[in-house]
Amino acid sequence: MIRSGMGSARGSVAPGLVPGGAAQGEGRAMHDYDVFSVESKAEVLEKSREFWNPGKTDFWSETGVDLVIDRREGYFIWDMSGLRLIDVHLNGGTFNLGHRNAELVEAITTGMRSFDIGNHHFPSSARAALAEALIRTAPPNLTKVVYGSGGGEAIDIALKTARHATQRRKIVSIIKAYHGHTGLAVATGDDRFARIFLSDRPEEFSQVPFNDLDAMAAALAAGDVAAVIMETIPATYGFPLPEPGYLESVKALCVKHGTLYIADEVQTGLMRTGEMWAVTKHGIEPDILVTGKGLSGGMYPIAAVLVSEENAGWLTEDGFAHISSFGGAELGCVAALKTLEICGRPETRSMVAYIADLIGAGLREIQASYPDWFIGIRQNGVVMGLEFDHPEGAKYVMRHLYRAGVWAIFSTLDPRVLQFKPGLLMTPELCEELLDRTEAGIARAHTEVRGSVRRPARAGSRR
Amino acid sequence: MSTKATGTRQGASSQPADPAGAGPRVGDGASAAHQARQTLARAHWAAGAFADYDRDTVLRIAEEVARAAHAESARYADWAVKETGFGVVEHKILKNQACSLGLLERYRDEDLVSPRIDPAAKIVSIPRPAGVILALTPSTNPVCSVFFKVILALLTRNAIVVSPHPMARACCADAARLLAEVAESAGAPDGAVQVVEHPTVALVETLMSDPVTDVIVATGGTAMVRAAYRSGNPALGVGPGNVPVLVDPTADIAAAARLITDSKAFDNSVLCTNESVLVVVDSVRERLVREMQRQGAVVLDDAGRDRLRAYLFPDGLLNGDAIGKDAAWIADQAGIRVPPRTRLLLAPVDLVVPEEPFCREKLSPVLGVVTVPTAERGVEAARAVVRIGGAGHSAAIHSQDPEVITRYGVRVPVLRVAVNASNSTGSAGMDTNLALSMTLGTGFAGRSSIGENLEPRHLVNWTRVAYNSDPGVPFADFAGIEPWHRPPARVPAYPRASNLPPESQGDPAEALQGRGQPTASPPRRGATGPGSAGGTLPDSVRDQLRAMIIEELSQLTGG
Repeated sequence: MIRSGMGSARGSVAPGLVPGGAAQGEGRAMHDYDVFSVESKAEVLEKSREFWNPGKTDFWSETGVDLVIDRREGYFIWDMSGLRLIDVHLNGGTFNLGHRNAELVEAITTGMRSFDIGNHHFPSSARAALAEALIRTAPPNLTKVVYGSGGGEAIDIALKTARHATQRRKIVSIIKAYHGHTGLAVATGDDRFARIFLSDRPEEFSQVPFNDLDAMAAALAAGDVAAVIMETIPATYGFPLPEPGYLESVKALCVKHGTLYIADEVQTGLMRTGEMWAVTKHGIEPDILVTGKGLSGGMYPIAAVLVSEENAGWLTEDGFAHISSFGGAELGCVAALKTLEICGRPETRSMVAYIADLIGAGLREIQASYPDWFIGIRQNGVVMGLEFDHPEGAKYVMRHLYRAGVWAIFSTLDPRVLQFKPGLLMTPELCEELLDRTEAGIARAHTEVRGSVRRPARAGSRR
Repeated sequence: MSTKATGTRQGASSQPADPAGAGPRVGDGASAAHQARQTLARAHWAAGAFADYDRDTVLRIAEEVARAAHAESARYADWAVKETGFGVVEHKILKNQACSLGLLERYRDEDLVSPRIDPAAKIVSIPRPAGVILALTPSTNPVCSVFFKVILALLTRNAIVVSPHPMARACCADAARLLAEVAESAGAPDGAVQVVEHPTVALVETLMSDPVTDVIVATGGTAMVRAAYRSGNPALGVGPGNVPVLVDPTADIAAAARLITDSKAFDNSVLCTNESVLVVVDSVRERLVREMQRQGAVVLDDAGRDRLRAYLFPDGLLNGDAIGKDAAWIADQAGIRVPPRTRLLLAPVDLVVPEEPFCREKLSPVLGVVTVPTAERGVEAARAVVRIGGAGHSAAIHSQDPEVITRYGVRVPVLRVAVNASNSTGSAGMDTNLALSMTLGTGFAGRSSIGENLEPRHLVNWTRVAYNSDPGVPFADFAGIEPWHRPPARVPAYPRASNLPPESQGDPAEALQGRGQPTASPPRRGATGPGSAGGTLPDSVRDQLRAMIIEELSQLTGG
């Protein structure tokens, strides 16, 4: 029974609060979340099928990851069964700073004394403050900020902005690109998400293969493309790394053909690559930069589009041309300001380098033990894709990692590759634990897929 | 040389808000605690990397840092005196030099990195650095303490977070940043040396109890030292001093006079090791005082003494204005006429008793003088001085008589006795063969976990790999096994895309960066200096700090 009402069944202990979090089995005391409570995980799954999303609910149950997240703290999440997981999915960086980061919770709690969503029609102190802070972190050509309530809307804003600035309609993206599910964003991505809703628009949206400069040149040659939209490292495609010089050349092609370069930094931004925005590691000044997900630390939705002055004309011509009640919600601005502050600290930059170093080295050692199974590591900072030699290899690994206490998700558009996204503030101890568990999960998946129990001797011990 | 003039009252926030904070800001002081904890978290990563460094690299880093510190000794001495108002520039230069290259010379040959193999005992000992040191440094010995603790940490492969006393914040933070830059460019891991830029009492207490802090090295006020011990983390904190010096008839009186005067005047007597009460045997009193007068001491008559007492201890509490000032200035303030080159004021007292303020620490070149009939009575008088304050700390004696010296060592409950030497420098290992140190353990008598002068070896544990003692179990040959590594050029490596060819070592990001971080990086070294707006505290804050110091002194000196 899911019921509503404040303070009901207050006396029962929320099971997620039991320290240790070892599997405690079902049929315990009710899960009391104050505003509502539930009897059991089975009940949640049943109600989810009935009232929410049967497809998703069934998919995960069938996949062997019947996760219903209960307690969450730092880089840990707990399934309702009590199973503790190290989260290296982080929802694409949404939880870069950990779940319910204490500093962020404090900032938002304080912020609630002064702010609510705000009225999007008017200038606001919080929106102005965040806009200024964002611009201070950005490549120097970016000067204006437009807010959305989520990444998809932000992508739509970016594309609309490009169309306004260039007075062209066409948008070029990457095959297997993923930029969200709103009207324009979904059209840039894989057919799977567009066709089902009759939202594909092949006449305006074309795709070219990633890392294929000739294809990109051909697509832009007619001079009728408003923008190329590009994740700096395509996440949902399994983080294939841009070949050295590729993005730089795409940017040059854009300049040549009067096409705008939109950097989708939703997953790669916010210090995940050791720089605030990954695209700056390529020396690129994008015409438009999109950020979301981790921007507000997973505590309050907000997304933002950073636009260069020469392409931000619509903000002067008709400032009401894009309207969003929740876009730039002021509590979201507070959350984002604090998140940006934490992400930009020298301490955070340093820790990202340490974490990337330690986990990268640890993964290479694991790889050396299973060279025919664990065939590739794609890494830039704490953006990592682990490649397995099986069409759905990452699904096996994901399942075994789940059992071993690690939550990492396969890449929807390339299920050979596991997305592996350690947080920015992990401790050395947690990184070592993560590697121990990861090695076990990879080994067990290998055994399942290949049917062998070979465990080659390792060259050295992980440090 | 722990000092007492350094603590701050618990619960009081003694730090003004940062006026330089530009740009949008969120939240309040709680943010500082979060950020400071992140400083510890970064240090924790650095400590892990540092613990793998080989001895050659460690020595190279320590040496470059010591050289850089030595080169800036004068600048920081000047800055420290300007910022705190305490002490004498020339003397602070000496200490800064002693605590940089002097320290390195003293400890460089002590290998605290390589494993030790003892085939006879069948034990291999592997050094294990503490990890993250939280170092509290005082206002009275400010920059030399930063030098001292940072170099100790580097010699032992520990990461260190320096938390300077708020009154000496600017000079100490600048010095710590300098050493951090030099250490890093010499190959130390990123974050091995850091500083708490805006320390407050509440913030420091938070850091002391943080689980990432492996050991607190607390040199400062009693309140802060006690808080360190309460934190739940291992702590090396030391108690205050109140130093008796006994001169018996066997002493070389001229030498004693010179040494005591120099020592008492050293750094305007702001150190915990400066002599506090002179105990002299009657038969040599006149000669000693005459010799001291020739050295620049002035003996006060009863009226002068009373006037000085009234000035120095209004309402029985030490007057903060007098701390670390020179003798002529103090005499002038007290309304006593003395020659302009006066270095020391001698205040005769009848008896060493707690209600006589001249028997407490004065943190100024004012020496209590008590006359005793015999050396034996002198020993008891010295014991009485330490009963008032300074248990476990230090005492000095000028004598040629081993019986008296031994009796002194037995009866006076201190852990170091400087003989025929200046106590200011001698107890800290500068004119004796004691360990060269700025942190003098006061042991159990002084409520401390350490009874020696703090030195590098105190910051290392050893894993003992012990074989079965049965002669039938052979001890393996460990010779030549080197568990540590020469680190790569940059620790940690800059995060480069894994598909980049290895030759492009530069950081492409340096080509194009954002205009700045949402939180400004720490101000560049040298951006502020003595006298500049950012380098000194507003007068109101300074007054507040003085008031706090005085209150603390009144507690610890039994006032």
